[in-house]
Amino acid sequence: MPIDAYDIENLIRAAFPNAQVSVQGDDGQHFAATVIDASFKGMNRVQQQRAVYASLKGKMDGPSGALHALALTTKAPE
Amino acid sequence: MSAQDLIRDMVQKNDVVLFMKGTKMMPQCGFSSKVAGILNYIGVEYADVNVLADAEIRQGIKDFSDWPTIPQLYVKGEFVGGCDIAIEMALSGELDQLLAEKGLAFDKSAADKIREANG
Repeated sequence: MPIDAYDIENLIRAAFPNAQVSVQGDDGQHFAATVIDASFKGMNRVQQQRAVYASLKGKMDGPSGALHALALTTKAPE
Repeated sequence: MSAQDLIRDMVQKNDVVLFMKGTKMMPQCGFSSKVAGILNYIGVEYADVNVLADAEIRQGIKDFSDWPTIPQLYVKGEFVGGCDIAIEMALSGELDQLLAEKGLAFDKSAADKIREANG
């Protein structure tokens, strides 16, 4: 069952309820997401993105990962 | 040797390692190709590990770094990031800084050209 941008946004919002989240992508495989959240303050990029990947609960894993590619942009609010 | 030991060995024995789909001369995925392209262009010496050639490594590397995607770039044993982060660092100059800090050779003028081209 291919995943869509709406599913991804919900998964991220569940983990980051106060974040600014936007997800683009309509081919079912390649997506781009921007997540701006206060919890990222003091985290480096790897830590920020790891937290977002964790919120996708294994949707990305495995050779046939439902989500082949997610281009992530993360930052703390200025 | 388990996949984890193999990976740890690779990451410790090589200054720069890129776990990728395909090889540095023949990448087989757009994201892997972008990162390998940057490293090739700025003349960094690195070991490329083709995760498509070994399913255990392909899954093992994701467990090793707790990062679900390929490619994965390592410098001096430390996980630097995936495709997005590597590109961001190349464009911001952080990659130059990291390589210089770790005493790793690269072509500064080529790195500058990447930034100019992506102005």
